[in-house]
Amino acid sequence: MTLAFHRPSSIADAAKLLAGAEDGKFLAGGMTLLPTMRQRLADPSDLVDLSSLPGLAMIERTGDGLVIGALTRHADVAGSEVVKAAVPALAALAGRIGDPQVRYRGTIGGSIANNDPAADYPAALLALDATVVTDRREIAADDFFLGTFETALETDEIVTAVRFPIPLAASYEKLRSPASRYALVGVFVARFADGVRVAVTGAGPCVFRSADIEEALASAFEPSALDRISIDASELNSDLHADADYRAHMIMVLTKRAVAAAIAGH
Amino acid sequence: MTAIGIGQAPKRKEDVRFLTGRGRYVSDIKLHNMAAAFFVRSPHAHAKIGAIDSSAALEAEGVVAVFTGADLEAAKVGGLPVGWGITGSDGEPMKEPFYPVLAVGKVRHVGDPVAVVVAETPEQAQAAADLVMVDYEPLTPVVSMLDALKPEAPLVHEDVPQNLCCDWAMGDEAAVEEARQKAAHIARIELVNNRLIGNPMEPRAAIAEYDRARDHYTLYTTSQFPHVVRFLMGGLVLNIPQHKLRVVAPDVGGGFGVKQFHYAEEAALTFIAGKLCRPVKWVSERSEGFVSDRQGRDHVTEAELMLDENGKFLGLWVSTLANMGGYLSTFGPNIPTNLYAPLLSGVYKLPAIFCNVKVVFTNTLPVDAYRGAGRPEATFVLERLVDVAAIETGIDKIEIRRRNMISKEEYPYQTPVVVEYDSGDPMACLDKAIEVADIAGFEARRTEAARRGKYRGLGLSTYVEACGLAPSRLAGQMGARGGLYESATVRVHPTSHVSVMIGTHNHGQGHETTFAQIVSEQLGVPFEDIDIVFGDTDRVQFGMGTYGSRSLVVGGAALSKAGDKVIVKGRKIAAHLLEASFEDIAFEKGEFKVAGTDRAKTFAEIAGAAYVPHDYPLETLEPGLEEQAYYDPINFTYPGGAHFCEVEIDPDSGEIELCAYTAVDDVGTIINPMIVEGQLHGGIVQGIGQALFEHGIYDEETGQLMSGSFMDYCMPRADNLPSITISPQVTACAHTPMGVKGCGECGTIGSPAAVINAVVDALKPLGITHVDMPATPNRLWAIIRNAQSTSIAAE
Amino acid sequence: MKVSFTLNAKPVTVDVDPATRLADLLREDMDLTGTHIGCDTSQCGACLVLLDGESVKSCTLLVASLEGRGVTTVEGLADPDGGLHPMQTAFRENHGLQCGFCTPGMLISAVDFANRNPDPTETELRHWLEGNICRCTGYQNIVKSIMAGTAAMHQRA
Repeated sequence: MTLAFHRPSSIADAAKLLAGAEDGKFLAGGMTLLPTMRQRLADPSDLVDLSSLPGLAMIERTGDGLVIGALTRHADVAGSEVVKAAVPALAALAGRIGDPQVRYRGTIGGSIANNDPAADYPAALLALDATVVTDRREIAADDFFLGTFETALETDEIVTAVRFPIPLAASYEKLRSPASRYALVGVFVARFADGVRVAVTGAGPCVFRSADIEEALASAFEPSALDRISIDASELNSDLHADADYRAHMIMVLTKRAVAAAIAGH
Repeated sequence: MTAIGIGQAPKRKEDVRFLTGRGRYVSDIKLHNMAAAFFVRSPHAHAKIGAIDSSAALEAEGVVAVFTGADLEAAKVGGLPVGWGITGSDGEPMKEPFYPVLAVGKVRHVGDPVAVVVAETPEQAQAAADLVMVDYEPLTPVVSMLDALKPEAPLVHEDVPQNLCCDWAMGDEAAVEEARQKAAHIARIELVNNRLIGNPMEPRAAIAEYDRARDHYTLYTTSQFPHVVRFLMGGLVLNIPQHKLRVVAPDVGGGFGVKQFHYAEEAALTFIAGKLCRPVKWVSERSEGFVSDRQGRDHVTEAELMLDENGKFLGLWVSTLANMGGYLSTFGPNIPTNLYAPLLSGVYKLPAIFCNVKVVFTNTLPVDAYRGAGRPEATFVLERLVDVAAIETGIDKIEIRRRNMISKEEYPYQTPVVVEYDSGDPMACLDKAIEVADIAGFEARRTEAARRGKYRGLGLSTYVEACGLAPSRLAGQMGARGGLYESATVRVHPTSHVSVMIGTHNHGQGHETTFAQIVSEQLGVPFEDIDIVFGDTDRVQFGMGTYGSRSLVVGGAALSKAGDKVIVKGRKIAAHLLEASFEDIAFEKGEFKVAGTDRAKTFAEIAGAAYVPHDYPLETLEPGLEEQAYYDPINFTYPGGAHFCEVEIDPDSGEIELCAYTAVDDVGTIINPMIVEGQLHGGIVQGIGQALFEHGIYDEETGQLMSGSFMDYCMPRADNLPSITISPQVTACAHTPMGVKGCGECGTIGSPAAVINAVVDALKPLGITHVDMPATPNRLWAIIRNAQSTSIAAE
Repeated sequence: MKVSFTLNAKPVTVDVDPATRLADLLREDMDLTGTHIGCDTSQCGACLVLLDGESVKSCTLLVASLEGRGVTTVEGLADPDGGLHPMQTAFRENHGLQCGFCTPGMLISAVDFANRNPDPTETELRHWLEGNICRCTGYQNIVKSIMAGTAAMHQRA
């Protein structure tokens, strides 16, 4: 069966094409979908190419936040003076995704819609209390990332942008798999006037927040505030590169580093 | 247009074609009417094969044919041969089970090929492969060697009891027992030498074609030794006469041993090309390579080093389990035995050595030579053990090595494990390394690191290796089933341009440059006027190929001998033309001269005369100027050296940084220092890869390869590594024509122990004496945590 | 489907199956076999090409998405008259290649890096190269080559 390739001219058109396809997939940067197809782990009937849709590759500072269009590439976020000024930790995170060639193609919308449990962006969205804007609604990050490769998106729903509040301070620290370069553990710490949000990626089946850590940091935003906290390893991933105990330990190590860096960077 | 000779570093002849994208690798080749093959491979580590139903696949779009093991069996296709047999200490030859080209009856590892689908395009072949229905009856796999040897273990081969291929030994057990009785201290270690997957960047590939008109086969293959493939495949597997089979290995993208074997895919494709009378191509995907390339290392070892009260070594006892995987590969059984035990003396005076190796079958990929092949494993055992002895006796690690090292004056040195080192100066290597690595400044660096909360460690490894494979008679006594000489032809054209046909194979080592330098120096011919031809059995006389750091040592020697013959013939021609006696003709700087006069003929004039023999001694001398030589070495060569490594470990996270690496290697005479340095860089980084990153891990229950892609098998990358300091130390080899010793494997042999010794040194405050490879952050963190909790419990 | 783009400075129009990856088009149909395929997980970097000046993995790029774009392969780096690109010269001068298989991808990555980083540090370069795997060189002479090639491209000797 020949793959059908569509280049829709509008977002509405794209959603319609996907809804009408037997087993359609949206194609953004293709950094996950194309390798998956190559390994014959996916065999879609239709690809709906979003990459030339107008207006979705943009970065904009608004009054109280930062808006990044869904098709904005990691390289563009990493290099953006606007992002660096508003949320430098976000630019730094984008600059450490994958490798340079992945960063030229991969997009923020593609990354979060895929919701790989070891991807970096989900940690940023969750810790920064971002809002995912789609072609039909807005979804809070807390409600967006549901499970392993699972999000709140409908099959034909298209992410158009992500809206980030500006934190007082933030930092992202990760321990990378030396082979795949994905996060074995990644911790994003964001401090706001009304509290601290901490999101962990790579360690569990899906990005998650840690209430214990957030509470401790809310009372004192310093590494030593975390000395008495430990993470339960029983729910965490174990694989060739890191067992659950190590991941649990590294969550705390990286959180402390992130807090120290957030303090230093502010 | 000048001669460029030995010791210079001209830019490589081969570079321009690679830099411009014009290399010609097997996968780049397209033949008219070429079909594509895809191998159906076992998803099980161990299973009985029931019926294979190809009917749906045969009906799929584009499919030309499907072949199974039964088809090959019916055609009386032979098994994949072993090129080197070993004999057990009980005098019994090793168990050598049949290794079918396509599995018959049983599959014995994940990836074992059971069928081949041939179609018009690779995509069609791959899609149809899904339709080949193989009825597997899964069996319990044996994955670990310890399990494989248990009495109740399932059998990989029904006719190999306890999965034991061979119980092999070398050395004097009684002498070691005596040393044990006398010893003031015995250092002991148990260690694992981790399974590695070589992963040359070019995946394997093959194209076979059959010319019905001439009844002639051609195989293009990613091989380090096309003649040996022709010999083994034609002679023993497919029964194709040697003169009816051409094997071509064009540009090959790295080998490291992985491409040094005769593989099932080569034989299957050649067979199929003959059956279909059309060319067939197969290109391995990387993930397929992980489950079809031969793998390396995989030992479990216990060892003891006996010392007297002064720290002098009295004896060494080694007991190793060596994994063969599911079948015996071309050189599989030779690697952990004959290329391992003879290296256990290292650069030390070790009066008594005994080594027992149990060679074991498991349901994993076959294991064979990977860069270093046996010698890194031996060096790792010895150099780790010396460090343990140093820690336990309180003697400094450098001092304990000095006390036991063979001094320059003691060469040639006969070890108790067969080999006699012809030359070397390990003390000089060590002294130089101490200076270059600024060992005097290490304690200050350690203190500074401690202030940053990091554990810094210094590791040292000395090593010797036996390479330049190999003296054929000795190899034959050790079980080799072929010779290990090398061949070269120097063809001087009428214009005095030179083509060299050599039996080695260049796949990154720069032979086209190094060998041209040798000829340029010897014959005085401009470097640009020399071409090196290799990798084609129709263009090159029989040769044994490239492995075991042999190309320059053995092939270069053959080349230099052939060059000598050219000079002798040139002198005869010159004697005629210059009306002088042969004895009076000297050849120097590209000219044949009558000694003591200014009468001379240039090399070009002599070449011209040889091909236009109007004024020529035709009664006594044939026209033409082309000479061939075979060279069989009289001994192995013994490069060696001393490597220092410094690491820093973050005790909170186990994260490790390689801070510095210094290597002083004695590879004998250096022809091209630029190329030698490159070889050392690459070798050292492969050894660092073993020590810190790489691990072929199988699931103990299922036998599935867990690290089966670059997502999980960690190849070293640029940002994992420091800049390495290389500083040569030259002792000429006593028996090779140019004094060369070989340099391809040195780095890989010296580096794993240097890195792990540094890791252990960093963790010394915790009382740790060994860390298994790869020393990953997770592993280091667990070791640190356990040591800390143990010390807390002890308080 | 028909796709028009620029390949090594020449306009081309190809008619491809929409699932065709650029690497396969180059190797199988355009006779540009300098672009290599070294893995199937988009990690080794042997297949890199420049897409409008940016280094991207041609094994993970559909020809269908190239409409109007510009692609440069390793074959397009040297002058049409055969003069090597300064980065190619630097690799040759510094022994930045052995078997040659990763070399095209390394060169493409290097040219992109050098264009963006006129005066890099070795550490920056080593991080940049995380998308390129080499098994032969230990990277040392590749790093040396790219530092030299970068200087040459920006006309510093």
